[in-house]
Amino acid sequence: MSTAVAIVLLIAVVAYAIFAGADFGAGFWDLIAGGPDRGARSRGVIEHSIGPVWEANHVWLIFILVVLWTSFPPAYASITLTLYVPMMIAALGIVLRGAGFAFRKVAVTPRNQRILGGAFAIPSVLVPYAMGAMAGGVASGRVPTGGRAGDPVHSWINPTSIMGGVLAVAAVAYLAAVYLVWDARRLGDPAAAEYFRRRAVGAGCAVVVVAAVSVVVLHADARYLFDGLFSRALPLLILGVLCGVGALLLLVRGAAAGARLLAVLAVASIVTAWMVGQWPYLLPTSLTASAAASPNGTLTAVLVAVGLAAVTVLPAFIGLYVLDQLGKLPDEGVDDVADRQLDSPRQADAVEPAGADDRT
Amino acid sequence: MSQTYQLITALAVDPVPWARAQMAFTLMCHIILVPLGVSWALMTLVANYRAIRHDNPHALLLAQRWSKYMAVTFAVGAVTGTVLSFEFGLLWPRFMGRWGAAFGVPFAFEGIFFFVEAIFVAIYIFGWRRLKPWTHFWTGVPIVLAGIFGTMSVVAANAWMNAPAGFTLNAQGDVVSVNPIGVIFNKSMPLQAAHMLVAAYLVGGFLVASVYAAAMLRGRRDHYHRLAFTIAFTVAAIATPVQLAVGDTIARWVYQNQPTKFAAIELVPTTSSDVPETLLGRVGPNWTVKGGLPIPGLASWLSDPSTGKATVVQGLKAFPVDNQPTIAEVNIVHLMWDVMIGLGTLLFLLALWYGIGWVVRRRLPSNRLFLLAATAAGPLAVIAMEAGWIVTEVGRQPWIVYNQMRVSAAVTGNHGVWISFIAIVILYAALGVTTILVLHRMSRRFRRAGGFVEHDTPYAPRPAPQSTPPAEPEQRVKVLDP
Repeated sequence: MSTAVAIVLLIAVVAYAIFAGADFGAGFWDLIAGGPDRGARSRGVIEHSIGPVWEANHVWLIFILVVLWTSFPPAYASITLTLYVPMMIAALGIVLRGAGFAFRKVAVTPRNQRILGGAFAIPSVLVPYAMGAMAGGVASGRVPTGGRAGDPVHSWINPTSIMGGVLAVAAVAYLAAVYLVWDARRLGDPAAAEYFRRRAVGAGCAVVVVAAVSVVVLHADARYLFDGLFSRALPLLILGVLCGVGALLLLVRGAAAGARLLAVLAVASIVTAWMVGQWPYLLPTSLTASAAASPNGTLTAVLVAVGLAAVTVLPAFIGLYVLDQLGKLPDEGVDDVADRQLDSPRQADAVEPAGADDRT
Repeated sequence: MSQTYQLITALAVDPVPWARAQMAFTLMCHIILVPLGVSWALMTLVANYRAIRHDNPHALLLAQRWSKYMAVTFAVGAVTGTVLSFEFGLLWPRFMGRWGAAFGVPFAFEGIFFFVEAIFVAIYIFGWRRLKPWTHFWTGVPIVLAGIFGTMSVVAANAWMNAPAGFTLNAQGDVVSVNPIGVIFNKSMPLQAAHMLVAAYLVGGFLVASVYAAAMLRGRRDHYHRLAFTIAFTVAAIATPVQLAVGDTIARWVYQNQPTKFAAIELVPTTSSDVPETLLGRVGPNWTVKGGLPIPGLASWLSDPSTGKATVVQGLKAFPVDNQPTIAEVNIVHLMWDVMIGLGTLLFLLALWYGIGWVVRRRLPSNRLFLLAATAAGPLAVIAMEAGWIVTEVGRQPWIVYNQMRVSAAVTGNHGVWISFIAIVILYAALGVTTILVLHRMSRRFRRAGGFVEHDTPYAPRPAPQSTPPAEPEQRVKVLDP
């Protein structure tokens, strides 16, 4: 039964990587989009693309944490005891980022939008880095078990962690750019689509380079994972590489929809390959999933909850995405004259009903 | 000098006070957003219903604007809630390592409700223009339900800490089997969940109503403001008497199941019958009660009305020294208890005033005194809720899991907690100020745009233009900056 729950955990991690990962990546592109004028176009696409869905995407993280601490409590305790610094960075970053994004939407003056945009965009890079670094710390066996804390510094500042962090940032940036090409086309903005297409190709190449370096680092620094990746997980690894290269080729030729599918598949197979590579360990090579697992009653409850989620949350989640993709969830939700009034006072005067003058 | 230095370093190194402070601080911030998340969705739907059913454009505008505020508070609640799930592990790794298998179960279900809530909040907020009116209305209903069940799940986990159940331990004290039903439906859960849920409607209602009461005091008494106030205040006024009954039941439950907490609440040093209800006052060394106004026999009588004054209440001295809360903790619990009860009573009187106004005069009480009281009711309700939460949590000391695990055994060994505490206080202060500023700016913008704008029909496909624009709000305050 612990294997079943571990698979649930894997699915949740993959879902978080491909849904929320793209939101983080959008923050990366938001960050380097340039000044208010130059970046307006791409920021518009980003805002429109992740506005309705980022909160639902974020819930996958909560779900991962809950499944982890409920089903494998010793693993959660060990990770938090050792990797508390990057975890704290991630937690604070998530607060800043979510609040920054939500507030930016309702802020009107460009100055406030810039400040809040920074609060959204900078943590969007920091958080995936911290999470990748944590994954690297776990994968390289730097998280001890049995109520002992590992090295608070070297557990996340080490070759595997640094590569993990950089790879995570590059991968989410790539994923986001690929999504945004498609979104920009959907919004009828070929210039923005071309803008993101070039960046997607660039980010894709960066991912390839970082991944190649990571393999060398893993060989030296995380031998168990390396061996697993090139034995059990080899088919997944090959699938991931093929999909990634295929997505890049499609992108170069300008086929956004196919590239999107292949990019998602690539990220999903690489994440799965990592999990398979370190199986049966949650914390290589000291804590296996079955040793860390909670009693059967708890695991059953988790699986029941997952089953309930599959029949209630999944249709709603799909519904949200369908509505979003059909353009039924426009960016501003409902127009309010109050918003427009500050945007451009002259236009607001034109649409104001008669007798509005005495109010302002 | 060196002694001071040593004291400071010792304090900085000891993680227990810092971990407690950080957990308390982040929870007390998050808990303010909970009532808004739970009750604002209901109030918005009431407005939305009126808008469609009675073709009331003011109600429609109100529902739309409330949904925009809701989006902001929901986002802030989501991120502060995430911090909490990190902190369970960051601050209390030994607690999670040992009890995660049981404590975590309610959260597995909470995850579902949170998912549902996030998805439908997005659909509701973003779907105003593109969904049909009734379809759109129904996408709001899952938000209300998910809010209710989500709150119940989280409270079930907290209740489990007060009344741990549904597991067996081996000789080493490790959890070896778990009965999820037993964990979720622990003895404390039904009452605690009811208390928090009603509190959510009470606090959310008073909080929203107080904003509109303040606006009405400044002369904005148009239909739009009166409607907003009425919806919010009615929700709160219905919740208040219910809360009184639930709270009274809980006090008796605590008397029966958590005698140390009860002794702290009632400030009872020695076991006896005919125990007075002490208003205010405090305990000093050796549990001597100082000051306060004792009402003879009332605590005994309330603990078990069937035996009345003869009801025996266990005193603090009756418990092993190890299991006693500290003097400071007892004083905090008792003071917060008085604050909660006192404010709850005041809010009840205010709700009564409002109710009598409706029944007798069939209209909203609109005199200045009532509006002043209604303005104060929002912040006071928040204080009452925070006080009640402190009673629950501090009253459980020294236990993190009642009679099973002490706080000191649960805490992290990491000595840097004070750094994360300071970081989080700074971040949350900025977050709080920004949230209030953003909400305030939104309301100012809304106000400047006028109570109602009829040129834009909210639902698509656009129906024929409305024949007559509704009456303009009667009074308006000049906005200083253009």
